[in-house]
Amino acid sequence: MILKNNVNRTLSDDLMAKLDYKPYTSTEIGNPEIQRVAPKVHVSTGNDKVVDSIEDVVKATVKDGMTISFHHHFRNGDYVFNKVMRVIIDAGIKNLTLAPSSLTGVMNDMVIEAIKAGTITNITSSGMRGSLGDFVSHGGLKNPVIFRSHGNRARAIEHGDIKIDVAFLGVPNADKLGNANGMAGKAVFGSLGYALMDAQYADNVVLLTDNLVDYPNTPASIKQTQVDYVVQVDEVGDPDKIGSGATRFTKDPKELKIAGMVNDVITHSPYFKDGFSFQTGSGGAALAVTRYLREAMIANKITASFALGGITKPTTDLLKEGLVRRVMDVQDFDKGAADSMQSNPNQQEIDASWYADPDNKGAMVDQLDVAILSALEIDTKFNVNVMTGSDGVIRGAVGGHQDAATSKLTIISAPLVRGRIATIVPDVTTVVTPGDSIDVVVTEVGIAINPKRKDLIASLSNIPGVPVFTIEDLQKLAEKKVGTPKPLEFTDRTVAMVEYRDGSIIDEIKEVKD
Amino acid sequence: MAENSERLRRTMMFVPGNNPAMVKDAGIYGADSIMFDLEDAVSLAEKDAARVLVYEALQTQDYEGAELVVRVNGIDTPFYHNDVRAMVKAGIDVIRLPKVESAQMIKDLVKDVAAAEKEFGREAGSTHVMAAIESAKGVLNVPEIAAASDRMIGVALSAEDYTTDMKTHRYPDGAELEFARNMVLHAARAAGIAAFDTVFTNMDDTEGFYRETRYIHQLGFDGKSLVNPRQIKMVNSVYEPTAKEIANARNVINAIAEAKLKGSGVISMNGQMVDRPVVLRAQRVMRLAKASHLVDEEGNDIEE
Repeated sequence: MILKNNVNRTLSDDLMAKLDYKPYTSTEIGNPEIQRVAPKVHVSTGNDKVVDSIEDVVKATVKDGMTISFHHHFRNGDYVFNKVMRVIIDAGIKNLTLAPSSLTGVMNDMVIEAIKAGTITNITSSGMRGSLGDFVSHGGLKNPVIFRSHGNRARAIEHGDIKIDVAFLGVPNADKLGNANGMAGKAVFGSLGYALMDAQYADNVVLLTDNLVDYPNTPASIKQTQVDYVVQVDEVGDPDKIGSGATRFTKDPKELKIAGMVNDVITHSPYFKDGFSFQTGSGGAALAVTRYLREAMIANKITASFALGGITKPTTDLLKEGLVRRVMDVQDFDKGAADSMQSNPNQQEIDASWYADPDNKGAMVDQLDVAILSALEIDTKFNVNVMTGSDGVIRGAVGGHQDAATSKLTIISAPLVRGRIATIVPDVTTVVTPGDSIDVVVTEVGIAINPKRKDLIASLSNIPGVPVFTIEDLQKLAEKKVGTPKPLEFTDRTVAMVEYRDGSIIDEIKEVKD
Repeated sequence: MAENSERLRRTMMFVPGNNPAMVKDAGIYGADSIMFDLEDAVSLAEKDAARVLVYEALQTQDYEGAELVVRVNGIDTPFYHNDVRAMVKAGIDVIRLPKVESAQMIKDLVKDVAAAEKEFGREAGSTHVMAAIESAKGVLNVPEIAAASDRMIGVALSAEDYTTDMKTHRYPDGAELEFARNMVLHAARAAGIAAFDTVFTNMDDTEGFYRETRYIHQLGFDGKSLVNPRQIKMVNSVYEPTAKEIANARNVINAIAEAKLKGSGVISMNGQMVDRPVVLRAQRVMRLAKASHLVDEEGNDIEE
């Protein structure tokens, strides 16, 4: 039997059965009743939490076959992951499931070493890039990697699909009982949004910090009631590599052109009114959209009720200016945004569940009006790939893409072609976000509106300087520009499975054939 | 040359002919004219590669109705002949000859273009030409140059070489270009072709760019040569007609229609006679308004 899901992807029935998965059917979550899990509590008065060696804490907590987790808020400035994994590999521990919020480039070599040593045999993550993506795509890990969105990871943790035995969480400050936040110290990153899930649900919570402060430490994002150990290390991260650099306004004329059209789409949509809400990303075009949006908000005398998601300085500047009333902050992409979280009470730290968990009593994304997202590929069914490159190799992350795409107006901003590679294609290599949740695609030549959104076709069809195409026309334009590529070749072996945010399987990633 | 007098040429964007990404994307910024450069932007080692790249791009890429211009290498270079032949073969709209100092240079170019049209089976006369004026001699001879051929669509002032020739350099107030600008403009108008002002290269001096653009707009230039797509919007905003100008132009055009309907040869509006210059100006205002998305194809206001 050939198993196909609702985005027409063939799934391996043996793997689906073995891992007890259902195929993706719909973006609708409905109103089911969900039983959440609770973590084990090792009772303590809290006076014996501080330890000064990672070795001791690993010895006390990590056993063969366990699930361990990390957060990726330090991004490429992370020192914690490599320090802890070194000790775990050297201790000869085997068969671990690695369940971080995501994996950044600085972790790649260590993950590959741990896989080769048999220390790591399963991975679930938001994404992976570089040498690790290449390694997995070439069959380096026996069991398929499970990719989950940030909201879905929160759901999976609350469900018990991910049962974290030990969470190793780096923080730029903590007191001796484990009260900690991401805002003060040397390696600050602002919101602890993703790590808050681990702190709340892991059986053992280990904090690592280079900055042990007086008790009690406030404001406490992670609380002493959740923490088992506090390990003092020399450094948790490299402050220069945490941020995505100074967020400078792009001068790339093509990015500016796309950003201008994204802004036109937003301001001509029925959602652009006082009290609207939005989420943008951190790329050059996204930052430019934020600036254009600012001008449009001032010109039209409207303010936004909230900005959501991964936050950058241009967004916190809007907060400071009063154009945005609240920033709901699950992670910060630059130091400006992280600093603002400390100084501005209207910038609220939110955990991944509050942000985007679908199995919830309401998540922030459910209230979101406008989301501006990027794409590696978009197909003529509006399905989006943010996971595999034009060579079929894993080089991306689900991130909050599937989650934010449930907004009322989801805009994909992407160039028609990148170099000699078409962005708009007949079929994406990997479906990550289903076309049903995508409303408008904006490229440098014009826009395509999802035909299912008849209401938007009316309001967006006559914007001066914004030509409207069908998605098929855009695909043909791209193909005309760069030609027809030879189809990618894969083996039958599944190296990764991509969950939709409800935990069903939206696509599989196969081993690439070289 | 009706097609020439009607065409808007506010912006002529330079695109280095050896840069595939820029050649590929040149059509998306809404430039009225795109000028692929085979000359100064391309190093000696890349002359052939750039010619092939631009040739292929002209066969395969869609430039959305922009006028396509190529700046070939100078007549005295070994690249000139192959540049002209390849571009005529590719069906380029306009060949721009650099460093033109005499009408004879244009006549020589036209002869080569005509030969190439014949060689590659292109329609005779389909390839237009234009001259770049880059020296004192060129400025003094510009009236003859502008009138040298009925294939001529315009003259452009190139200030960098010109100011060097004049033993000066460019100043913010542009006084050193006053004579050349007026010569080029008058020669163009007398010949009934377009006049292009020189490039403004300091992308960080937005204020200076606007000042210069407003000035050449006031003089009467059709538009400006540009080095960066970001300048297109700025030029267009300077050339954008006001609501009053549009309303007035619409009245003039309605008056013509009315007169035509009545079979009357004399057009009057509000009791005043409307003569030919007024009609031409009104038509130009409406073309500019359409290009700036201020009115739709029928000339009605676009409600924002």
